[in-house]
Amino acid sequence: MTDPTTLTDPTTLTDPTTLTDPTTLWHPVATMLDLPHRHIFHGQLLGREVAIWRADDEFINVWENRCLHRGVRLSIGTNDGTELTCRYHGWRYSNRSAGCTYIPAHPADAPARTICNRTFAAVEKYGLVWSGEDPIGKPPIVAALDDGTPFTLRNLPVNAPSQVVLDQLRQHRFQPVASLDANTARMTATEVNDYAIALTSTALTSTETDTTESSTAVFFVQPVDSDRSIIRAVLTEVPAQVEQLGVLRHHATALGKLVIAAETAAAQLPPPEPMVATINQVSLALSVMPEPMLDRQAPLRVQVARKWITAQDIVGFELVSVGDPLPTFQPGAHLDVHLPNGLVRQYSLTNGPGDTSSYRIGVKLEADSTGGSQCLHNTVREGDVLAISEPRNNFPLRRDSLRTVLVAGGIGVTPMLAMAQALKPMGLAFELHYFAQADEHLAFEEIRSELGDAVTTHVGLSPDETGAELARLLDGYGHANQVYICGPGPMLETARTIATAAGWPDQAVHFEYFKNTTEIDNSSSFEIALARSAVNLHVPPGKSILQILRDSGIAMPSSCEQGACGTCVVPVIEGKIDHQDVHLKQSERDAGDQIMTCVSRAAGDRLVLDI
Amino acid sequence: MTANVATTCTDPVILDQWHPLLPLDEITTDQPNTAVLLGEQLSYRLDANGDPVVWLTADADATPLPILVEYLYVWTCLGSPPDRLFAIPEFSEPDRRNVHAGTIGVHVSAPRAVENFLDMGHFPFVHTDVLGAEPHTEVVEYDVHIDPDTNDVWATECVFYQPRAATTSTEGQMSDYLYRVPHPFCVILYKTTPLDKDRMDVIALFCRPTAQDRIEAHMFLSLLDPDNTDAAIRKFQQTIFGQDKPILENQHPKLLPLDSRAETPIRADKVAIAYRRWLSDLGVTYGVIPVSPTSASVTS
Repeated sequence: MTDPTTLTDPTTLTDPTTLTDPTTLWHPVATMLDLPHRHIFHGQLLGREVAIWRADDEFINVWENRCLHRGVRLSIGTNDGTELTCRYHGWRYSNRSAGCTYIPAHPADAPARTICNRTFAAVEKYGLVWSGEDPIGKPPIVAALDDGTPFTLRNLPVNAPSQVVLDQLRQHRFQPVASLDANTARMTATEVNDYAIALTSTALTSTETDTTESSTAVFFVQPVDSDRSIIRAVLTEVPAQVEQLGVLRHHATALGKLVIAAETAAAQLPPPEPMVATINQVSLALSVMPEPMLDRQAPLRVQVARKWITAQDIVGFELVSVGDPLPTFQPGAHLDVHLPNGLVRQYSLTNGPGDTSSYRIGVKLEADSTGGSQCLHNTVREGDVLAISEPRNNFPLRRDSLRTVLVAGGIGVTPMLAMAQALKPMGLAFELHYFAQADEHLAFEEIRSELGDAVTTHVGLSPDETGAELARLLDGYGHANQVYICGPGPMLETARTIATAAGWPDQAVHFEYFKNTTEIDNSSSFEIALARSAVNLHVPPGKSILQILRDSGIAMPSSCEQGACGTCVVPVIEGKIDHQDVHLKQSERDAGDQIMTCVSRAAGDRLVLDI
Repeated sequence: MTANVATTCTDPVILDQWHPLLPLDEITTDQPNTAVLLGEQLSYRLDANGDPVVWLTADADATPLPILVEYLYVWTCLGSPPDRLFAIPEFSEPDRRNVHAGTIGVHVSAPRAVENFLDMGHFPFVHTDVLGAEPHTEVVEYDVHIDPDTNDVWATECVFYQPRAATTSTEGQMSDYLYRVPHPFCVILYKTTPLDKDRMDVIALFCRPTAQDRIEAHMFLSLLDPDNTDAAIRKFQQTIFGQDKPILENQHPKLLPLDSRAETPIRADKVAIAYRRWLSDLGVTYGVIPVSPTSASVTS
């Protein structure tokens, strides 16, 4: 009988020039067991080190194992389930995109969006993680594995080039599961590709058609470097539980011999040149040191001391100072929060009076979020440092009223809570009406319970029912009554209309919009004269007064820059104003003596501003 | 001396530097011992007068190499050394404690180690609760200049919050730092001491490159600390450097890339950027990946 194991001539190594370019192939780089919860696995493929980590959403990341800052291995960093943090300077990289989300040395600056680590494709198949430099198509599809119940054997590192290992595998022998102790099985081999081979072992006693006494294993050889490989073998069928240990032992013994043979063969060959994995250059823009941010709008540094879910889709943040004590604030005030993703968002303080031990804000996850609320909900966590502005108050509370009605819709409750807590200890009569879609949307229970009976919740009302309820609440204006409204645009409009109809004078109706939903028309061009500095400037179409003032070197405060918050207001001495904001009341608009410079424009040719 | 010493280092700038071989008090006998510098094995011993001598082990004639005894160390050179070493005047002040705090082998290039020494941003993450602590992570703007007379790189006006800045610290403090690079592989920092607000502690790292990617790092201190034992000072310093070592050994590549597009600088890295440019300007090629003429024009 001829030797059934010899399928290829073992003395001839495959000519490397005929091999498929390994950078175009998928290779196994880890087993799923290498990626336990929040671990970072240090792998290597074709001379390139990779950091492999599984996020809490099960996404498998295969990244260049190198922080873009100083080249420290990311595999010694921390996997917190959503981001990977570098051990050296705490740079954070996001799951999936590998974009840098935070640089602790500069908490006020957003990292450039283009700071992004190199990622490689990753696919899980047969209990293995597959990746590649530039793989084409899909990972090897082996019909026997796809049809079977793959059983991953323990991987085995070999100090030998992958083709030496493959050559040894072509002569490899093992026994079918049913007859592990024999050594007479007939071996047949099928090449999968240049880095994988399927071997079937069939007991000699069985017939050609009887496959009950045959076992198939697919051997994938991971080219770690030019002189190192890892054998990753997968059986096509899971052995019975009682047989598994014996099967593992059998293959470990057989492959152990193969490793010795492969390493002996490799030692006969001249040592190959190590593979060189090229490291991409960073972009030209990132290679220069960024300029310091002048005219900082966010002088305060705060740490997220607590982040908690206060209602469905609403997260509370408690912010404590990292440096000096926090500045004081007024009820109704908001902060500009500079987010790690570069966006700036405004959030009202919920603090009671005099409480500057921390700032507390509520953030609703907006379905159509452009990244602000999403970033706060998903990326920012306890312990993070954020840059914030000093509190600004464009929604001041009068505290000389006989009756104050606070009307809140949804997340609009936040400034109302601050106002209510300011009014309560003064003994001023107030009522807080809190409209929400459902009970689970009601936030800040702990503050509301302190306020007691003064708070009424109105849950699950239709727009018409809301209108009717508002009409009931606002029925009968009395001397020194004030109403403060904060909520979604339509509700606010309704409330304002009802208040006016019910006889509330404009001066007694105070409101704060979340945002300006009006479409801004910036097509006009006009002149502005700055009365105090005797400067004339031209505002062309497409530019705001605010931009032109800043371009001329005038430091202007601003916050929302969409005509909602009121921060960029400037007094107007002369000229008709084209108001496009939602901040000013009708009476204030009619007075024509102030302008929101971020969106509003001149109705005529010229405006004279008192700056 | 021999003008052209056969050596694996071909960088004339580095060959002509004084390099710190080892502390003087570690040469104790007339029996030869060996140490590696720039890939060359050197032998050293005490001569009949009790003075140190150093020669190339492979040199059958044992021709003595130039040596200098300065700041507790024996310095030597494989090329043509300058007349003198950079000055640390504090060393001679009578009330100073001059301490060799230890030598630690690190599998990294000398300039990577120098750059780490120049870096404040890693304090909260690598020297947690000693030289830094979250959330005090901000590196505020500081100044960098090259001294026109000595050509030393200086970083000034550096400030960082430190929970336990030194063995003498009992509480957190805002530490003022000055950094100075007077030699491609040696770096000095001057630091606020809790004991005297007008003077500063001196802490230096003198690297002996044994290969392009390996060093023996000597830690030298000149302190205004009358109380702590040498052992306590050494323990503190070795703890700090022991925290740096695993970071340094996980840097890739191990040689410092001088091409500005190899890594991503931030403003906190101002002094590191100046150091890299300064090395380029000096023409240093040992322990670094020099800017290749073609790489500057590559766009990606």
